[in-house]
Amino acid sequence: MSRPRRERRSVVAVEAIGPYVLLRVTRGSLDPGIPGQFFMLEAPGRVLPRPMSLCLAPRGELAFLLDPIGPGTRALAGLEPGDEVHVFGPLGNGFRLDVERPLLVGGGIGIAPLPYLAEALEQPPAVLGFRSEHHAEAAALLPSAEVVIDPVLVTDAMPAGRDVLACGPEPMLEAVRAIAPDAQLAWEAPMACGYGACYGCVVEIDGELKRLCVEGPVLGVASAQGLHGEGRPCFS
Amino acid sequence: MLLLNASGCLDALTAPDVAQSLDAFVTKTVTPEPREGNPPVRIAETEFGMLNAIGLANPGRDTFLRETLPRLASTVDVPIWVSVGGFTAREYAETCEQLTHDEVACIELNLSCPNVDEAPESAAEIVRACREVTAKPLYAKVSPHAWDMGESVRAIEAAGADGLSLINTLRGTTLDAHLRPTLSRGAGGYSGPALRPVALAAVSAARRATQLPIVGMGGVESGRHALELIACGATHVALGTVLFADPDAPTRVRAELAAELKMFGGDSADDFFGVALDAVVSAGNPQKH
Repeated sequence: MSRPRRERRSVVAVEAIGPYVLLRVTRGSLDPGIPGQFFMLEAPGRVLPRPMSLCLAPRGELAFLLDPIGPGTRALAGLEPGDEVHVFGPLGNGFRLDVERPLLVGGGIGIAPLPYLAEALEQPPAVLGFRSEHHAEAAALLPSAEVVIDPVLVTDAMPAGRDVLACGPEPMLEAVRAIAPDAQLAWEAPMACGYGACYGCVVEIDGELKRLCVEGPVLGVASAQGLHGEGRPCFS
Repeated sequence: MLLLNASGCLDALTAPDVAQSLDAFVTKTVTPEPREGNPPVRIAETEFGMLNAIGLANPGRDTFLRETLPRLASTVDVPIWVSVGGFTAREYAETCEQLTHDEVACIELNLSCPNVDEAPESAAEIVRACREVTAKPLYAKVSPHAWDMGESVRAIEAAGADGLSLINTLRGTTLDAHLRPTLSRGAGGYSGPALRPVALAAVSAARRATQLPIVGMGGVESGRHALELIACGATHVALGTVLFADPDAPTRVRAELAAELKMFGGDSADDFFGVALDAVVSAGNPQKH
């Protein structure tokens, strides 16, 4: 497991992809970590940083996909090349990569960790779901993926007999788990610190409230039973 | 001057390096029984701070003594302060009585539980009950809601406290887009930069009432902020919310404080102890120049 570090990094580019934003920063000595791990990004002008899973790790860079819907994500989306922000990570537990027949499943902004995961798994099949054509422009990050748009759901398009690795809104994850009980699922919870200090991101795991930043954000079948966290961004 | 963490703002077992960068580590509050804490949502950001409603989540006194304390002691080298909570003076005292371990450098009584908020008499009662059963240094973490800080502090000192920690969070509520409270519990503890002026005023008021050591805290983000607390009479300084955003804050704040001291031409933080208090002009009795 790579050791998390916190560094002040320069913004390389802020690129619009549909309604989303791909924020690219210099990598410095930060380790990109395992797909599914996340970084805390300083949100300029805000008190708390924001947790973002790594989307891509181009040479010398780290790239994060954001949905600018709240004060923190809007502040991040408003950065300009040359601006500097603190980046802290990699944090949490990523996906297990020792799977035989991987299938990536993503919904909306939840596709964020999948491009980097696809690279690590040598571009396995993927199914991505979006709420509109505009949102679906983000599928360009995973060119080989099958794309479905609301009202068609990812679960309608998922082939059977696959090792599912998924990230998306909580109802999607619950639906994926219902048909693929062994799926590895990346969850989301509001976090203040990302490193186990604040106890703010607890979700119910195995009948107990546990910190998602320490136990997750990727939870396997053994630990995901009975997870009823607030799987949505609380402050974004 | 010691640099500590505010109780509840750091887990030394998951972030030992951060704890090690402090002069002492303060545990999350330990209660007699295990507490799972509040259901999510537990935290919310505001423009100038954050709210938390963690709900004193902790493994309970027995598990803390049997498992957590030995693990802490083998993980960090810095002195361990144990934060103690409860719902009656007896509960606090029973925990203090059991904290006889050499690893426990100090006990901080969390006197900001809902049932003791704004009740200086009960705070003093709790301190007195604990004083009777422990010889460990006893710090009282005082609520900033106290109507008369001086009176509270004098009562707590008379009850046998060795020091004060202030301030704890203020109670606050935020609403979401649909006008519902963001936190599942409705209200939570408000912390962060917004608390700085409240902390400075509370520390000043406490310092005028006592010579006990004071751990000042509330919105400290920089060396300058730490120095301001010292200027208001804090003996030590604790970092809270800033640790969430910046786990390197202890090292950074120390370096910034050293630079501030140099700028003011002082050698140590002690040179600036209470200097802000001397500069205050009493109402109705203006100084003539």
